[in-house]
Amino acid sequence: MAAEELKTGPLEYRTQEGQMGIMGFWIFLGAEVVLFATLFATYAVLFGRTADAPLPSELFEPGIVLVMTFLLLTSSFTCGLAIHEMRRGSVKGLMLWMIITLALGLGFLGFEIFEFVHYTHEGATIQSSAFWSAFFILAGTHGLHVTLGIGWAILLLIQIKQRGLTNVTSRKFFIISLYWHFLDVIWIFIFTSVYLIGMVI
Amino acid sequence: MADSKKRVPMNHVIGFILSLVMTLVAAWAAIQSDLPVTWVIIGIMILALLQAGVQLFMFMHVTEASSGNGHVPWNMMFHGFALAGILVAGSLFVMSFGHDHGDHGDMGENQQHEEQQSEDHSGH
Repeated sequence: MAAEELKTGPLEYRTQEGQMGIMGFWIFLGAEVVLFATLFATYAVLFGRTADAPLPSELFEPGIVLVMTFLLLTSSFTCGLAIHEMRRGSVKGLMLWMIITLALGLGFLGFEIFEFVHYTHEGATIQSSAFWSAFFILAGTHGLHVTLGIGWAILLLIQIKQRGLTNVTSRKFFIISLYWHFLDVIWIFIFTSVYLIGMVI
Repeated sequence: MADSKKRVPMNHVIGFILSLVMTLVAAWAAIQSDLPVTWVIIGIMILALLQAGVQLFMFMHVTEASSGNGHVPWNMMFHGFALAGILVAGSLFVMSFGHDHGDHGDMGENQQHEEQQSEDHSGH
């Protein structure tokens, strides 16, 4: 039975190596959950400690944050479509949706950089208070993950162009899709507990 | 997997629409509604957890028959989420509950004093 499944299932599960690689990446994501939990805990404890810097409720704007959220949410969806195309055996579909995903991710990054520069001009920098340190570290660590993800995906796109769909390349794309969806999960919590609560209180 | 034969993956589309709706509801609750702050915070945190669930189950292939469900280390994921909850709730419990510090603490005390004074006045 196992041998039959190895010829029919999704490419990334066909080898023991592929399955173990994916499981290993889930373990990494578990560790990432804990990493971000420490940053969220720090932010929550330092909430309100703005010293002489502007208050978050003065600087946070719903418009730009909602645009960033929709960009990342849509990119998570298109990333899912890319994996769907991959499982249908379409390299073209995979590459097309992955490039759209990256474009949306770059749009998100652009808005985040614009936002950080704007806050800096308004007098809220990483050095201005405990609250803003915690904010920039939390949002910045997420932004850094998005940046790394974009670089990683570009390298994978080059590789799949050269090698086509194999057990190995499809496992790699499946893993980066997990990473990308995970970044959206973290952003949902940043959007909710940082921006929305920051605007309510 | 029968799902991968279809042109349009319906569970992804449904997950995407659900996420959009939940994001908009959360934003409306926080920005537009007149609900009490505590209820807004509880409500939008629940929406965030639901959205995380949508990502995990509808986008990230957490449950998948084609891998024999052998690709997700459930015990370690549970461990990660439990640690996350303990870290955030524990830090808030130790550092913030029971004593307000800084400006907020002073404001709270002043208000209390004022309340006590006004009660005294009304008593006389």
